Amino acid sequence: MSDTPKPLPRRDGLNGEFYEHCARGELRFQRCAGCQTWRHMPRYSCAECGSRDWTWEKSSGRGKLYSWTVSHRAFHPGFAGDVPYAVAIVELEEGPRIVSQIVDAKLDALRLDLPLEIVFEKVADDVTMPKFRIR
Amino acid sequence: MSLKDKACIVGIGETPNTRGPGRPVIDMVVDASLNAIADSGVKRSAIDGLIFSSSRYIFQESVAVHLGLKDLRYTSIIEIGGAAPVSTLQSAAMAVATGQANYVLIPFGCNGYSEARTSVRARPESQFYADNQMSQAVKNYLAPNGAFVPVQYYSWIANRHRLLYGTTQEEIAQIPLNSRANAQGNPRAYMRDRPLTMEAYLASPMISEPHRMFDCCLETDGAAALIVTTPERARDLKQRPVFVSGVAEGHPYPADDIMNRSDILDLGLTHIAHRAFEMAGATPADMDFAQIYDCFTYVALMQLEAAGFCKRGEARHFVMNGNIAIDGKLPVNTHGGLHSEGHVWGLNHIVEAVRQLRGTAHRQVKDCEIGAVTGWGDFGDGSIAILRR
Repeated sequence: MSDTPKPLPRRDGLNGEFYEHCARGELRFQRCAGCQTWRHMPRYSCAECGSRDWTWEKSSGRGKLYSWTVSHRAFHPGFAGDVPYAVAIVELEEGPRIVSQIVDAKLDALRLDLPLEIVFEKVADDVTMPKFRIR
Repeated sequence: MSLKDKACIVGIGETPNTRGPGRPVIDMVVDASLNAIADSGVKRSAIDGLIFSSSRYIFQESVAVHLGLKDLRYTSIIEIGGAAPVSTLQSAAMAVATGQANYVLIPFGCNGYSEARTSVRARPESQFYADNQMSQAVKNYLAPNGAFVPVQYYSWIANRHRLLYGTTQEEIAQIPLNSRANAQGNPRAYMRDRPLTMEAYLASPMISEPHRMFDCCLETDGAAALIVTTPERARDLKQRPVFVSGVAEGHPYPADDIMNRSDILDLGLTHIAHRAFEMAGATPADMDFAQIYDCFTYVALMQLEAAGFCKRGEARHFVMNGNIAIDGKLPVNTHGGLHSEGHVWGLNHIVEAVRQLRGTAHRQVKDCEIGAVTGWGDFGDGSIAILRR
């Protein structure tokens, strides 16, 4: 076991805004003000219509498991106590997909399209990570 | 203007594939370049083009100084990771076909074992993450969730494919077992004296599902280089020229984000491979061999489909029954590939293709006239070249 902490996301710019919403217990994605397309990761313009205007819209937090990999190596000492662990791609009802972790679930319970819902996990004083559990 | 047969590869050079002690990358690149220049018979002073795959390891102009390239007229850098070496053939063909350069040197080298091992690269704060949108994805959304390295990123694509199509471990194993068999006796192959059995493959530890240890490419130190010129100039040189008959590069959308692709199984190669085949006036069925970028075995399996050798979901059947063996329907990775020869970002795949078409390969495909080489890099960028003698 290592005492190295897990890496944390940077909290600056648009990515910082994403995580500020998480810290308030809200999963929000950018939604284009021009064509209403939801998007993730945060960007300065809409890939669909080119609009540079957006609002941060709240997601239902419900989604399904799109893909995952179970990693048996830590690759980073901060994850040494977690192996084997799953890193998942979750598809939200609104459309965006997000890389996250599934909590409170056995690895052999994972299957494509497994219904999931958001839970927030405070991992540092000023950082909250969006994670998912089976619903 | 089509680039069909407007350029040829006339020189190849390499260093041994080793695992330390690391030599300076520039030192290895100079060695490989001098070998390629000598192989071609081009005068060093005549080289006026220099195309790099990645600016990550060394500085382009220092290569020019080390080699005394005093009249460089064209330089460029292709930044699409392991898809870059094959893509450089497109740039080189454009350069020589339009007279922007007459003789182009394409070198690459890295200390993949001594300096850039996965255990070092896995640090999000490391120098290997440039400040671009891809690194933003890694730093802000992947690494905090425990995803640090390509085997994990590519496994998201591979695992969904595997679950949708039911590919078995034994089917995935055909790629590394074939590569290892081809490496036996190849003096340049790092794994030349180490055969691999299905039993050993299945007993190897899982790294990130569906990829086991023997599904991961080697981490080696080494360099390689090519010389490209026009067919007219090639006539005066030492080697039988190998023509770039078709070449294309493609990017999955969005290229900087794996998770939000409308179809995660669409690769960089998916929508562009047909362009290279059409340019060459050939079909996948015409290929006498294929060197498939095999950073991880399932990635190679998916590229066989994306390149058009079989339909999506059918690679699992395509690779069985010795079809990809040296005497099979489509010999694949005849040198051992990144799995068993060495990892020079696939520039060694091109070098092997040239050897096959010259008729000087260690495991020679009989009477081969035309073959394909693919590249794969970053979050799934793709490239493909159709080479013929």
